[in-house]
Amino acid sequence: MASIPILKEREKHIYRKGAEPFNLTCGQHSLAGVVSQRACVFCGSRVVLYPIADALHLIHGPVGCAAYTWDIRGALSSGPELHRLSFTTDLREKDVIFGGEKKLQRALVELIDTYQPRAAFVYSTCIVGIIGDDVAAVCRQVSREKAIPVLPVHSEGFKGTKKDGYKAACEALFKLVGQGPVEQISPWSINILGEFNIGGEAWIIKSYYEKMGVEVVATMTGDGRVDAIRRSHGAALNVVQCSGAMTTLADMMQARYGTPYIRVSYFGLEDTSKALYDVAAHFGDNPAIMARTQALVRGEISAITPELQKIKAAVQGKRAAIYVGGAFKAFSLIKALRYLGMDVVLAGSQTGNDADYETLRDMCDDGTIILDDANPLELSKYIIEKQADLFIGGVKERPIAYKMGIGFCDHNHERKTPLAGYEGMLNFAREVYRSVNSPVWRFAPARAAAGKGVSPC
Amino acid sequence: MLKPSPKAPKFTVTRNACKLCTPLGAALVFKGIRGAVPLLHGSQGCSTYIRRYLISHYREPIDIACSNFSEQTAIFGGGANLKIALDNIRRQYDPEMIGVATTCLSETIGDDVPMFIREYRESCAGEDLPPMVHVATPSYQGTHMQGFHAALRAVVDQLAQGGAEAGRHVNLFPGMVSPADLRHLREICADFDLPVVLLPDYADTLDGPLWTEYQRIPEGGTSVAAIRSSGSARASLELGDVLARAKETAAGLLWKRFEVPCHRIGPPVGIDATDRMFAALAEISGRPTPENHLRERGRLIDSYADGHKYVMDARAVVFGEEDLVVGLAGFLGEIGVVPVVCASGGRSGHLAACIAERFPDHSQKGIQVLSDADFVTIETAARDAQPDFLIGNSKGYSMARRLDKPLIRVGFPVHDRVGGARLLHLGYRGSQQLFDRIANTLMAARQTASPVGYTYM
Repeated sequence: MASIPILKEREKHIYRKGAEPFNLTCGQHSLAGVVSQRACVFCGSRVVLYPIADALHLIHGPVGCAAYTWDIRGALSSGPELHRLSFTTDLREKDVIFGGEKKLQRALVELIDTYQPRAAFVYSTCIVGIIGDDVAAVCRQVSREKAIPVLPVHSEGFKGTKKDGYKAACEALFKLVGQGPVEQISPWSINILGEFNIGGEAWIIKSYYEKMGVEVVATMTGDGRVDAIRRSHGAALNVVQCSGAMTTLADMMQARYGTPYIRVSYFGLEDTSKALYDVAAHFGDNPAIMARTQALVRGEISAITPELQKIKAAVQGKRAAIYVGGAFKAFSLIKALRYLGMDVVLAGSQTGNDADYETLRDMCDDGTIILDDANPLELSKYIIEKQADLFIGGVKERPIAYKMGIGFCDHNHERKTPLAGYEGMLNFAREVYRSVNSPVWRFAPARAAAGKGVSPC
Repeated sequence: MLKPSPKAPKFTVTRNACKLCTPLGAALVFKGIRGAVPLLHGSQGCSTYIRRYLISHYREPIDIACSNFSEQTAIFGGGANLKIALDNIRRQYDPEMIGVATTCLSETIGDDVPMFIREYRESCAGEDLPPMVHVATPSYQGTHMQGFHAALRAVVDQLAQGGAEAGRHVNLFPGMVSPADLRHLREICADFDLPVVLLPDYADTLDGPLWTEYQRIPEGGTSVAAIRSSGSARASLELGDVLARAKETAAGLLWKRFEVPCHRIGPPVGIDATDRMFAALAEISGRPTPENHLRERGRLIDSYADGHKYVMDARAVVFGEEDLVVGLAGFLGEIGVVPVVCASGGRSGHLAACIAERFPDHSQKGIQVLSDADFVTIETAARDAQPDFLIGNSKGYSMARRLDKPLIRVGFPVHDRVGGARLLHLGYRGSQQLFDRIANTLMAARQTASPVGYTYM
């Protein structure tokens, strides 16, 4: 095996459980010249706000940022689909020299006139601040003129990491919160935060809550609507999924409106059930909710258990590697994979923090590799060394797995299959099974070299 | 002359861009050079988004490094980051070349990248450094095609050397074509017994087999040594009508600096255009067109005869990069299909003239040319034009779906099918594949629309 060098500066972002004292560096700006799998501030804002389907999303900058994020996610809408269009001021050289404010203003006016959105988000890209555009002022002016919220999103790519983009998005969203009527809202009500309706996941989750007798005021941002977000401060509880994408908003709502929040995950049987039970427990004043939750969980689990057991028999003992954006998803995936009898040999994330990695360390078996802000070389080195049979990640990780004859499951925003909730767990298990157990891998040279496949004649 | 005639009022905003940003084109060129690592001088998102976009089409690992600007970098300049990036790339990848492309961010703050590279070279005196080629690719200037051709020019400018006498080899600049096209061009040159410097050549780096051992930089590509020799080639062949009208091109530079004779022909799609390429190769090599290609040409004409009635007077909407559109339009005209809308996000200013040259009767035929067009504009024109099919990249799918017309996928990107890298467009063989796909698409449409459902068509 050709050795893959690890940079000295990167060694402290890599931990092998059991062999060494735990001391993992994280939360830093990526090292120049390494091919980080992270994106930028803009990316963080764009993923959080993207699914709001009746809002205008205008990307202020040259064409690339808009072109690469046009309709790339599987975030579904039950109504308007404005979010699936890609709008950009497409700045040209003369705009860069003379400033883009006038173009931005014209752009906003014509888009609002044409599409009649309920609100508009204006994303700043790298050069906007540098050429000195006062985006906030343009937004204020157009907002007055058109009588809809026009919200600047301070998402210049270089001003931090993806996490700062989450924060910028939450700050923009927070300006909408508190603007709508709350009189009709039930005392047993929640907002779903950090759920983006990939493949219809928010609908699955929402249906559980409705069956439990809990009203969902706003889903942020999956299948999102501006008016729902405006009245979200009327909910009794924020239920926050995902590592950190929307914790900022939950914190802000707690500070201003006193809305408490809990953190949950909807991946895997264990975490989905825990999420629903935690919400039911929060509404202890209404024991009927808990009773309905118990019935729901029992019913859902018993409906999918037979097929899950069959899949388990087929994938048991296989080794999995996980590399995802937020570490919170990795926790759920480890549990879900263990349920299927699989071993996790690598777990990593783009944006985990100290507490996240401590949790990961505690969850993982000895020998497991834990990676922060990894790159293709490191991921390849360890999936090969650990002889993974499955890699769970996003599109950028997929070819790394396939080249070495390793199965792959897409758990990122581009997927079109819901993996959340109980039926999501079944979809996940099916996908794992279909990739890991495919007969094509016996032709893969790396598998053949390892004595697990067909050698070329 | 044929004037661009958008019927929709010109919008300030670009809606669903039919183009990508300049650094993407440059990165693609660098992927076609043996042992090269592309490095984008800008924000982390630039490289990550471009990687994701390229990987979704080629389905191969594509490492593109980034100097990863932070806020401090944007204030104090990117020199330090660039040097760290160069260092880290050398340590991790041991590259044979590093291709540095700028971004809108580094260009806007005025980074002097050639100076940074010079300083880096000086600081590494005595070390064995790979060539570091710099290209300016601010994304507010042009499209990915400008980035592509600028990178070619930069590579040749910074690497090519003259020779005492002309070599046997020919330089071939094919434009942004598929790996399958590149392989076919190599085969054609081999059949003429012409050694070829094909630039870029990502046939293997972006469409290779699975690996036995991990490859830090995928095998394949044109070597730096071969590029150096381009200054002593017996001739250059540059494919592209729009390109031929550009002020400066790689082949033009080789002519000016080293007097390498330059043949400029359109993309070899269809009989006429491919004949011109074979005539040029025959002239350069002093050999007649090889028998196997004449037979392929014969079979293509035979299939034209077999299928002509199915395609005659069909109406097509053609979109994509300007040179691809010109090549396809010429081919469509040759088989009796009317390219009623010829559209590109490019804005060289030459598209209309190139189409007019192919179709002297364009006004009778009602051919509309759209330059600097986005997909909303193209769709509006397409709706009026009542096409039978659309031909272009898969970003036209949502338009095709709304128009309820078949989309024949060609070019880049093909994100919604497998095999984008294996699509063949060029030469008699590529034309054959296009012809069969077009004829079959139209036959299938007739068959589907028939109330009878004939099994004979």
